[in-house]
Amino acid sequence: MTETQTRVRTVALAGNPNVGKTTLFNALTGSHQKVANYPGVTVERKSGRLAGVRAGGDGAPSTSAPGVEVVDLPGTYSLAPKSVDERVAFDALVGRIPGEPAPDVVVCVVDATNLERNLYLVTQVLDLGLPTVVALNMTDALDEAGIEIDVAGLAERLGVPVVETAARSGRGIDALREAVLDPPPPAQGVGWELMPAVQAAVAPLAEALGAESDVPPSQLHAEALGALTSDPLLAVWERRAPRFHQDVLDTRAALDARPVMYRMAEMTGRYGWISPVAADVVRQTAAAGQVTVSDKIDAVVTHRVWGPLIFGGVLLVIFQAVFSWAVPAMDAIEWLVGVTGQGMRAVLPDGVFEDVMVEGALTGVGNVLVFLPQILLLFLFLGIMEDTGYMARTAFIMDRAMRKVGLSGGSVVPMLSAYACAIPGIMAARTLADERERIITIMVVPLQGCSARLPVYVLFIAAFIPAGSLFGVIGYQGLAMTSLYVLGTLMAFAAAWVLRKWVFKGTGSSFVMELPPYRMPQPRYLWRRMVDRSKVFVVRAGKIIFGLSIVLWVLASYPKLDPPPALAAQMEAADQAAQDARQSLVDIDLSGRAELEGTERASIESALEAADAESLVAQNEWAGYQVRNSYIGRFGHALEPIMRPLGFDWKISAGIVASFAAREVIVSALATIYSAGADADEESLALRDAIKADTYPDGTKVFTPLVAVSLLVFFVFALQCMSTLAIAKRELNSWFWPAVMWGYMFVLAYGFSFAIYQGGKLLGLG
Amino acid sequence: MTLDALAPGATAVVTGYAGELPARLLEMGLVPGTSIEVVRLAPLGDPMELKVRGFLLSVRKDEAAHVVVENA
Repeated sequence: MTETQTRVRTVALAGNPNVGKTTLFNALTGSHQKVANYPGVTVERKSGRLAGVRAGGDGAPSTSAPGVEVVDLPGTYSLAPKSVDERVAFDALVGRIPGEPAPDVVVCVVDATNLERNLYLVTQVLDLGLPTVVALNMTDALDEAGIEIDVAGLAERLGVPVVETAARSGRGIDALREAVLDPPPPAQGVGWELMPAVQAAVAPLAEALGAESDVPPSQLHAEALGALTSDPLLAVWERRAPRFHQDVLDTRAALDARPVMYRMAEMTGRYGWISPVAADVVRQTAAAGQVTVSDKIDAVVTHRVWGPLIFGGVLLVIFQAVFSWAVPAMDAIEWLVGVTGQGMRAVLPDGVFEDVMVEGALTGVGNVLVFLPQILLLFLFLGIMEDTGYMARTAFIMDRAMRKVGLSGGSVVPMLSAYACAIPGIMAARTLADERERIITIMVVPLQGCSARLPVYVLFIAAFIPAGSLFGVIGYQGLAMTSLYVLGTLMAFAAAWVLRKWVFKGTGSSFVMELPPYRMPQPRYLWRRMVDRSKVFVVRAGKIIFGLSIVLWVLASYPKLDPPPALAAQMEAADQAAQDARQSLVDIDLSGRAELEGTERASIESALEAADAESLVAQNEWAGYQVRNSYIGRFGHALEPIMRPLGFDWKISAGIVASFAAREVIVSALATIYSAGADADEESLALRDAIKADTYPDGTKVFTPLVAVSLLVFFVFALQCMSTLAIAKRELNSWFWPAVMWGYMFVLAYGFSFAIYQGGKLLGLG
Repeated sequence: MTLDALAPGATAVVTGYAGELPARLLEMGLVPGTSIEVVRLAPLGDPMELKVRGFLLSVRKDEAAHVVVENA
């Protein structure tokens, strides 16, 4: 091991979004990666171990580089913090993240086809005075773009090594690795010039900061300029260097009075240096203004007419995939869970533990796993949209419409993801730069009709909506299903509008967005991200569901009771009758009297059948009796007075309580309560018939179509999902907003169901 | 004239700013002296797609209104 290798411990990758930074990170680290979060924020901290330097062509690592950690910083256009991502990137580079020293080497990743704008961040990084290597990435796209770059000239101007890379094909990765392990001396900065008035103001500020803090001398100028031009950067010093803080305020006042536009000094100064350099080192070989493939695609995809149509078509394909292509895989998972349950029953000793594990834990976890195919598919489509560059176009197309409700084009994807499941939707909101918009999006995303609502919709629509069709084309049942989704989406928009209007006032921050060139997605990385994200879903949601399923199962199964005397007598009588009938049949067979074989035998057989059926009925009734008197049943009874105005009896109330863990649980809960057999599902005829047949003591139906509609609407709005609350808590770092979320959705659910049921009754519908 | 008034296909040069300083746009390279081409408008007429320094940028019209331009 050489000296340099022990010296370099951490390498940070900085760069603009869409420059192939993550691909380069993957190429540098191979499979040694871990994803965590920066403390206190939802920015992902991707890190990995630098993979060994490869020798020759055999691909085998010749030198390993133990202990070199590579951190993939969030992609940013600037280090002046305006978003959480930028703040994290800046803090990480200057060693201001708790427990994380500044990196030993910075790799600044640059898109060679878009050098000019990329150099802005490079000049900022170079000002930090850290050993820096510039990775001139995407060099494989230079030919097509008709660009030539004078790499040596660029390195000379920047004063740091420039390594040509093409992360996709792996070109230049070895050279980059070597450059990192043999790092250059700390960068000097490129010598760009501030306008004289501002330069004169910054120098004394840098001195003041040096006297009052432990900022390294090489970074003093950058920090002082940052504090002068950016409010968030100034706020950092209010406590740590109060005199410097005051100096900055005084300087700003003096500059404002002259007036000097000091806030744009950094941008104009940097670009003042960049523009001539770019003109020198970049040579356009193809005629300027040549129409590229990307331009041609864009002309269609963002076209006034075709754009929205294509977007609609893409959505249709995604929905189709999520709702129907996933079905075989979902069936397979259900089958697997069933088989596993049987296996567990065979292995485990009979008793409470077996019941808890199979009926509680396994069923609960199965309820989550069954959504995995849909979530994988959704992540696949989202990944393709992201990697091709189409995602930015959807935001471009939809921005105007989304603004009407106080959101931006960036909220389109979280809202769409939530049709599969609110969890990826909430996680997708991370891409929103504006914190208020992110909170609004997270708050409304659970109103989107997620796939967990489907089983509930299917059960009640199949039971109460006639199978006919409108004009022979549009089925009533399908129409009902669509209406529920539309209702949820409209309410999500309404909620966003209300939140923006009264809670998070203002028009939102800027929505300046790059429209990256179209690129082919890489299957390898698509797959990897799909798996990573799904893992997060399964682990986080699974943990909660696992525990809660056991709790719910216990609540629904205890206390254990003996059957009441009348039912016990009935069960005993039925068993006795069946036994008698069986004995008679045996007697007939033994007697060998042929004349008895006719009518008498037939009547005994039918008696046996009747007795068996009665025994099953009594068994199911006992199971129902148990649930009625279980903790959950009692809870349902206690809730009935509150839920009665919505048309819900104690059974539905108990089902709603049980489905707090996850919406679809209400189906199995009702199945248990209605004694339709615990393995009934939403397609089960037994459950459907039991629900339709159920009556109150006075003979009126428990479930009328009006009750069914009321219940369906309740499920459109109510936040019956522990996992969503848990993820929202994690993403928002507090229980406050998740509590508000649950509350307002409950109020919506209760209010709408109340209005529908009571209004319907007034109109004589129920 | 401000940037939001340009029609698709038009080109112009940034000369200054009106009202609030659009810091993000400056970082993206819309400093004075930079030439801009309006590529198209979104289907609903807003935001606008710009070509600046060889890349494409989506900017809302109310933000573009802060950028003062002159016909090139």
